[in-house]
Amino acid sequence: MYDVVIIGAGVVGSMMARLLSAFELSVCVLEKENDVSNGATKANSGIVHAGFDAVEGTLKAKLNVRGSQMMPKICKELGVDYKNNGSLVIGFCDEDKNTLLKLFLRGQKNGVKGLEILDRDALLKKEPNVSHNAVCALWAPTGAIVSPYELAIAAMGNAMDNGVRLKLDFEVKSIKKECEAYVISSDKETVLARYVINAAGVFADRVAKMIGDNSFKIHARRGEYVLLDSECGNTVSHTIFTTPTKMGKGILVSPTVHNNLLLGPTSEDIENKEDKSTTQKGLFNVIMSAEKSVDNIPRNKTITSFCGLRAVGDTGDFIINSPVKGFINLAGIESPGLSASPAIAEYALTMLKNQGLATVKKSSFNPIRKSAHYFKYASTEEKNEIIKRDSAFGRIICRCETVTEGEILYAIRTNPKPRDLDGIKRRTRAQMGRCQGGFCSPYITEILARELNIPVEKVTKCGGKSIINTGKTKEETLND
Amino acid sequence: MKRNLTCIVCPMGCSIDVNIENGEVIDISGNSCPRGAEYAKNECISPVRTVTTTIRCSDGSVIPVKTDMPIPKDKVFECMKIINHTSIPLPVYPGDVIIKDVFGSNIVATGGTYNDNCGCKKQGRF
Amino acid sequence: MTELVIIGGGPAGMSAAVAAYERGIRDILILERDSSLGGILQQCIHNGFGLHKFGEELTGPEYALKYINMVFKRHIRYKLNTMVLDITNNKVITATNETDGIFKIEAKAVILAMGCRERPKGALNIAGTRPSGIYTAGTAQKFVNMKGYMPGKNVVILGSGDIGLIMARRMTLEGAKVHAVCELMPYSGGLPRNIEQCLNDFNIPLKLSHTVTKIHGKERLEGVTIARVDESRNPIPETEEYISCDTLLLSVGLIPENELSKTAKVELSHITSGAVVDQDRQTNAEGIFACGNVLHVHDLVDFVSEEAEIAGKSAAEYINGTLKKTVNIPIKTDGKVRYSVPQMITREKDITVYFRVADVFHNVKINVKNENGELVFSKRRTKAVPGEMESITIKEDKIKNAKELYIELEE
Repeated sequence: MYDVVIIGAGVVGSMMARLLSAFELSVCVLEKENDVSNGATKANSGIVHAGFDAVEGTLKAKLNVRGSQMMPKICKELGVDYKNNGSLVIGFCDEDKNTLLKLFLRGQKNGVKGLEILDRDALLKKEPNVSHNAVCALWAPTGAIVSPYELAIAAMGNAMDNGVRLKLDFEVKSIKKECEAYVISSDKETVLARYVINAAGVFADRVAKMIGDNSFKIHARRGEYVLLDSECGNTVSHTIFTTPTKMGKGILVSPTVHNNLLLGPTSEDIENKEDKSTTQKGLFNVIMSAEKSVDNIPRNKTITSFCGLRAVGDTGDFIINSPVKGFINLAGIESPGLSASPAIAEYALTMLKNQGLATVKKSSFNPIRKSAHYFKYASTEEKNEIIKRDSAFGRIICRCETVTEGEILYAIRTNPKPRDLDGIKRRTRAQMGRCQGGFCSPYITEILARELNIPVEKVTKCGGKSIINTGKTKEETLND
Repeated sequence: MKRNLTCIVCPMGCSIDVNIENGEVIDISGNSCPRGAEYAKNECISPVRTVTTTIRCSDGSVIPVKTDMPIPKDKVFECMKIINHTSIPLPVYPGDVIIKDVFGSNIVATGGTYNDNCGCKKQGRF
Repeated sequence: MTELVIIGGGPAGMSAAVAAYERGIRDILILERDSSLGGILQQCIHNGFGLHKFGEELTGPEYALKYINMVFKRHIRYKLNTMVLDITNNKVITATNETDGIFKIEAKAVILAMGCRERPKGALNIAGTRPSGIYTAGTAQKFVNMKGYMPGKNVVILGSGDIGLIMARRMTLEGAKVHAVCELMPYSGGLPRNIEQCLNDFNIPLKLSHTVTKIHGKERLEGVTIARVDESRNPIPETEEYISCDTLLLSVGLIPENELSKTAKVELSHITSGAVVDQDRQTNAEGIFACGNVLHVHDLVDFVSEEAEIAGKSAAEYINGTLKKTVNIPIKTDGKVRYSVPQMITREKDITVYFRVADVFHNVKINVKNENGELVFSKRRTKAVPGEMESITIKEDKIKNAKELYIELEE
């Protein structure tokens, strides 16, 4: 029996797992997908919000501010890129200015440091490419950016290195309470747990229902994004928001930690929690809205578009509670969920302790994870040392992002181990560049087949039926 | 009967008009060279195509091959079948005849092992 | 110090190397990122290459081998599996490979011959899901021809560029069913002969003025929605049609691969996405030359080889100190003529200018005028199409005293 089972390996589940791995506890994470961070975490703006958006007194406000304070240290420990680029919320009219003023005051109440209202000149000085129609802005120097999936992968990897188990393709179908244990089953397997953390994202309501908790509902909010080439990251240096409305924070324009330019997300409530398809209208709106807030967006440098589903609760706040002893919901973790994630884990740990979980520090706990991009960031001399030891680091596989076979092999052999092309992409950035895997995907397919010891035809893009090749050539005509 | 053809002999892709009476080509126009006329005539009477494909090698890899002469167009898939049923031992050198007399043509390797005679690299394969 | 470093060992790089060698340069090094010389030709196993250059019809690997043998015969040095990471404006090259690690080379002259890459699906913003089964035609070509794997069995192709057409035939020969080739424009960008022998031979429909509007399928591609487009290339919703397929191949354009040119501060043209060059294929960065598909996308490899010869020869002259610029005459185009290569004339001699038109034109006059509007050259064409590069040769005496040249299309 595990002490704690976490359902869901998004950024919340991963942060929770890492925090728990510091104690003498047996912990297991169950994930229905083929990889960690495959839900809302994968398709996310990657913003560490300063904390002025959420209404004071809410969990969102409290955990956002706390989480964003924790983030730099955690990213450093996990070797994840974190860039404190600062955020600007821009306004176009007097009404916007009033809203910004409200946000400014709210931010101060929430304990956000350094907030300032900028006039047009100060704004343009700070961000020359911002729309010349903007008249004012709220400047939040503590706003930052991270790669959300790299953060989740690193947190889970570090948790696993410290003893946490991860079971992928484990879709929880039922949870029963038998004596002191929760019995958690998929179609194929059952695990037992003393404590259960429900971090199941858009499906958190479904999981809660399994133990009879019908107190909340989660719906999916579609967010479509457009990503531009890594030569476009300098279009703006800060994260540019428009003044928020009740549907969310609007379309943002932001550099990413890897210097791409990210535009999005749209905000559309949808019925189907599995529907991650983009729409013509949505993508059009992303570009149109982005062009309203920032001039000179090089839209012909688009390299991909994608869609994420945010898990939106029905209370307006994060839904963090314990409907029955030993079962904790971490639900409705919509924005600013990424920013809050380390604080959510911390908060949940207190709840677990209050319910009797014994937490004895693990002496062997190592909070440090080597950066997935350690080779990329090494000096030329260090790189040459590494290449001398292992020539695979001299073989470039992804030309656009300059990723070597050595880095791909390192990712394949490092927790949480990727099993498909998308997994390699999120860990190494190979296929993430301007050709989107056109050159390198045939090579990575072969490397994966070799390392996983499976036939090339069995290699997938993202698990399940997503095979890359349907077979060998010559076979079709041979079977005639 | 009149037919309009797009010549496939060279990248110009001339549009050629052919006049056929009683199964015989009596008039060809629109071509820019004698090879175009030749193509148009053949295309109306007995069309032919060069087949380019790959062949499986004993180690599981593939090597490019072609028919060294065009073969009847309606035999292209049969030709593919013959090639696909064959697996060849290595090494293969560009120009090697792989299968003899397939609908009047030989299947020859267009790639394979080549030697670098300047000694920079022992042997390469493509 | 190496006299001449050539980035890329494809048809352009090899041809440039041979041409420079023939002009007396011996200290030449080709840096090639793939495991053999020949570049993209190695996966272009179809025939149709070399008619212009060698007077015979060759497959891609055979055409490459001709040049590989020329390189071997001359003992021109090359490094395979070597990726160039950076080129500075003063011609210091940083590269990496397994045996040398990361190393620097100083060059007297550099020839950029990196070729081009395909425009990916992401650039098109097609709505829908992101399943497996969507590849550029070139990636599919690599899988089928080099690796021996089938990317899929039921195929729709978007874009009628030559690689797309060639792959329609190739997939069909290997037993796949190609349901349709959709082309956004009202005309195909591919060669007429490829439409004939790759599509018509196999009764594959070419749907002009059509595009893919939606991708379906969660894990593997399950189908695509296609639609006719109006004159401004917007899909017409009522013409939408679902095609069940497991593979979508894209042949929607090639982009010269100029990331290294940017590190070298080479001026690039917004239209060609390649360097701005003079008649010698020299860029604005002195001693850095460009040729082949990295400069502008060519229709035929034969023309790539020819252009690379100019670059190789000019680089040799530059190394020997005999390349002297005497004039500075920009060549401008009128929009109907989309671009020209070269874009500058810096020496007074007979100059061949290559260019592409922006649309399909019938019965036009190609006029070249000087800054005073005086006609210095004129030629009639019954048809000019974007898919076919045009060329004209302007005589030395016509260039003399010109300050600017304009290429115009008169309908």
